[in-house]
Amino acid sequence: MTISHRARQRISLGISYLIIFIMILYVLFPVVWTFVSSLNQGDSLYSSDMSFIPKDPTWRHYRRLFTETNFGLWYKNTLKVAVATSVTTVILVTFTAYAFSRLQFYGRKTGLIAMLVLQMFPGIMNMVAMYVLLNLFGLLDTHLGLIIVYAGGAIPYNTWLMKGYMDGISRSLEEAAIIDGASKWTIMWRIIFPLILPMVSVIAIFSFVSPFGDFLFARLVLTTPTNWTLSVGLHDFVSARFGQRYTQFAAGSLLAALPITVLYLSLQGLLIGGLTRGSVKG
Amino acid sequence: MQRNLIENTGSNIGRYTSALLSTLYMGAGQIANGQWLKGIFLILFETFVLIPSVPLLLKNLKGLITLGETPMVDHSLFMMIYGILAAVAAIFLIVCYLVNIRDAYEHGLAIDKGGKRKGWKETLSDMIDAGFPYLILAPGILCIILFTFLPMAFNIMIAFTDYDLFHSPPRHILNWVGFRNFVEFLTTASWANTFKQVMLWTVVWAVLSTLTTYLLGMIIALILNNPRIKFRKVIRTILILPYAIPAFISILMWKGMLNTNFGIVNHLLTTTFNMQPIPWLENVFWTRFAVIMVNLWLGFPYSMMMITGILQGLPNDLYEAATVDGASGFQKFRYITFPLVMFSVAPLVIMSFAYNFNNFNVIFLLNDGLPAVFGLQGKAGGSDILISWVYKLTFQSLKFNYAAAMSLIIFLLIVGFSIYNYTRTRSFKEEEMLR
Repeated sequence: MTISHRARQRISLGISYLIIFIMILYVLFPVVWTFVSSLNQGDSLYSSDMSFIPKDPTWRHYRRLFTETNFGLWYKNTLKVAVATSVTTVILVTFTAYAFSRLQFYGRKTGLIAMLVLQMFPGIMNMVAMYVLLNLFGLLDTHLGLIIVYAGGAIPYNTWLMKGYMDGISRSLEEAAIIDGASKWTIMWRIIFPLILPMVSVIAIFSFVSPFGDFLFARLVLTTPTNWTLSVGLHDFVSARFGQRYTQFAAGSLLAALPITVLYLSLQGLLIGGLTRGSVKG
Repeated sequence: MQRNLIENTGSNIGRYTSALLSTLYMGAGQIANGQWLKGIFLILFETFVLIPSVPLLLKNLKGLITLGETPMVDHSLFMMIYGILAAVAAIFLIVCYLVNIRDAYEHGLAIDKGGKRKGWKETLSDMIDAGFPYLILAPGILCIILFTFLPMAFNIMIAFTDYDLFHSPPRHILNWVGFRNFVEFLTTASWANTFKQVMLWTVVWAVLSTLTTYLLGMIIALILNNPRIKFRKVIRTILILPYAIPAFISILMWKGMLNTNFGIVNHLLTTTFNMQPIPWLENVFWTRFAVIMVNLWLGFPYSMMMITGILQGLPNDLYEAATVDGASGFQKFRYITFPLVMFSVAPLVIMSFAYNFNNFNVIFLLNDGLPAVFGLQGKAGGSDILISWVYKLTFQSLKFNYAAAMSLIIFLLIVGFSIYNYTRTRSFKEEEMLR
């Protein structure tokens, strides 16, 4: 009995390792392959030599990204938009969530439900109206316009995330502060804000990342190639006729993904914590 | 200098007089109540803000109804957006007016009851106190109105106009057509058929993509929860990788790899396994298979992380009790782990279903909703889901009216589904308890 039990355990452990091994292959395969492609001599998808050890690896495509294309400029634009989006979103969301979580005012409940429903409207359908609106304010082809679109669109969802987090914080500290005569402003900045910092950083990171992943709105708003963000530029590479700039795309996409990937992997504990708390509580 | 007129007359109809005065002109009642500064401010507000803006508001509201009269001069789309903005502004001004009347009434009431008239310092601090929520809400709400509410209202309106390739401003004036788009869309045989097929695949896609990611996520999370596995942290970090790479980039990577003639996937299949190349991006079945596989790659880390979080939060004493009772490992899983995880994960699965229902990125970036299928309307392809079809209707077929009508249908489906879900999750119940 004990032997068969031990054998069974060993088999199940073996199967576990096998599954893990397959999963690691599945996960790493595209990343490794893209890296290998980026080292190829040729330019296009078709000329790549289809082996995992390139015959004659070269870093030429990485160098050419910065010397022959606007890649460096796109990188700078994306970082600029990302930082501004992140800061704007955090400020707006903190204010809005604080009001909904802690203050009593007319229209509170209606406002909450309205925000919940509003964020369910398929965002893609907002594109036509956004275009007209940005045109109206003269913000087409500007980074400010794109930042406003990203930050404005992210408010309803993130407000719910943040409100859920704030609701979980005890009110006793605030009550003590009120007795001590603290103003609402002081309570918000001195007491609540330090306590919600974990969620603030989660929202900051998520909204920092969104400009790296969005292509549709960036392409809609930004028309001049020197104004583009990374995603628009990369899409331009990959959609070149007959995949003639595929190696360039491979090199560029790895460089673009690098900072985000490092950020996520190093902060995974924080992000997972924020997600589980936020989503379980709404 | 500040004197209370009503108090002096000794009358007790003060509150009604003040309210009436404020109804006639903003601030009049406040002045009658003796609040000079506030009254003057309100009078200035009505004189220099409210009255001058009335003709402008009326003009734009009228434009919302007519959508313009002369082509090339009136641009219906702009008139529509101005009209919506005017409606929002009008509501705001009306609320201001009503607050002004109520303020005059309440202050009059306080004075009638023999209370002291409030000085301007007191008023200001009161206003800051009562206005604080609105003050900190204002920037957020303004953004929501402009960038969430306004586009949505605009879209819903487009669904009731004849805006398409042949009726596009400024060359043509748009007309309100009532429910005609919906009726045409759902009763014209070819459109209805396309809608049915796309809808069917959308549901299949949403179900399969959600189930596969959660199933795989759960299997991996359970395996990695076993303390006998070594290097669990490192493995977990590697497996989170797809979540950490921007989806936009990884989908395009996969697109290159799945290329039928030159992609590495077919290359491996033909050289290593001696198989025929698979038409990943040309055949309906294989494209559908490919989008689900790519989505699985993208999506399983998220559910893995969620389920890991839930597993780590499970109470230990249940397992101890089960061990004492002599339960086997499988029994522990079947009767403790599985039900508890399902209980916490169910709302997430439902939300993820709603998300996948509109998961535009994978479908659009991997293969643009293609391959083309004979007989489908509005450029719908074999892997198109509703939302990517809406995109094509808008930007490729230029049938804005149908696209808007369909996005309204999608919206109502998702809202109904989500409200049902949200009313059952904890957050909402807590919200109820706080009231």
